[in-house]
Amino acid sequence: MSKLLVNNLSCQRGYNLLFENLSFELNSGEVLRISGQNGSGKTSLLKIIAGLNTPELGSIVFDQSKLNSEKYQLETLYLGHYAALTSELSCIENLKYLTNLSTEIISPNFHNALKEVGLKNYEHELAGNLSAGQKRRIALSILFISKSKVWLLDEPFTAIDSNGINIIENQIEKHCANGGLCILTTHQDCNIKNLKEISL
Amino acid sequence: MNIFLITLVRDLKMAFRNPSSFLNPLMFFVISISLFPIAISPDSETLMNIAPGIIWVITMLSVLLSLNSLFHYDYDNGVLEQIVISHHPLPLVLLAKTTAHWILSGLPIILLSPLLGITLFLDSKSIYILMLTLCLATPCLSLIGTIGASLVVSIKNSGMLLSLLILPLYIPILIFTTSAVSQSQFNLPINGQLYFLGSILIFSLITAPFISAVALRISME
Repeated sequence: MSKLLVNNLSCQRGYNLLFENLSFELNSGEVLRISGQNGSGKTSLLKIIAGLNTPELGSIVFDQSKLNSEKYQLETLYLGHYAALTSELSCIENLKYLTNLSTEIISPNFHNALKEVGLKNYEHELAGNLSAGQKRRIALSILFISKSKVWLLDEPFTAIDSNGINIIENQIEKHCANGGLCILTTHQDCNIKNLKEISL
Repeated sequence: MNIFLITLVRDLKMAFRNPSSFLNPLMFFVISISLFPIAISPDSETLMNIAPGIIWVITMLSVLLSLNSLFHYDYDNGVLEQIVISHHPLPLVLLAKTTAHWILSGLPIILLSPLLGITLFLDSKSIYILMLTLCLATPCLSLIGTIGASLVVSIKNSGMLLSLLILPLYIPILIFTTSAVSQSQFNLPINGQLYFLGSILIFSLITAPFISAVALRISME
């Protein structure tokens, strides 16, 4: 049973205090949706949990591993606003590099991961030639091969059609059923089971 | 070690698929050096005396030009975020990116230098010393440049700021390299300069990736 503990987190950007004394606990199998208005600090919170930003105060622990330790970084998978793709590389090259950087993989079946997100014949297409939604799908295809337990998804459904959203929601549910946990921000409706919600 | 090779190959592949990114600074290097004989004097004596200075100043400027694009592209598309939060050691990934930068900017300059040395009437011994100084010092330019590029990565149009940050750090290299080539033309010993360049290389190789990593983490906040 894995557990992510967020304790008394405070975050300030410039002169704005985005949130303070934020604490929550997330267990295996749970999905947490962070909601709030634009500029309320959703992305900042995800970036702090991912280890990209430093909080003013507070601590984050996942299964006794502290933030920024090698084990913690290996167990968390962060997909941000940008798809993290390089236009000059093909879909499969992008996916391979992204997985090498961010996570351990269940199996090196990258073709299958792209097939799952509906990009079956696009493996060798340069990412620069794809639409915004297709680019987003490449980034999300990492969810089908990642071993990381904590998924941090910042607006994962941006530019994705309803069919794509269903695929990703199913994958998130499958991940949680296998003992994983997920934190996501989205302004769209979410049909995921066991969805917890906090508002900033 | 694996991530070092993977990042190196990825950066090289990226550059070769968009060759203007690394060819523009090289074109600048070749064109500006070949304009000097036309602009100053075709006299061999004059050109030979100023050749080390010209080649080294233009080398630094062309490396500075290429430094602008070292991280900006990865920053804009979000890859740099993934690099920073990766479980791999950040200095190792940055060392791979620096190595790719050197292969694309420093190495071609080393290979082109004999040709440009000849156009400036350098003799074969001076060309050999010039290549030796380039071999020792162009990796330092890339390594020190990476620190500056890491610091200004989140700032738009940071070319001038990057130059202001980095050029003072390049000055010792400029002094030792040009004096080594000039002194070799008069058959004076140049061991001292080469030892200094070697020690700058070792020092920057050991420290620059770690300093760049800290600078990058600060910039990404």
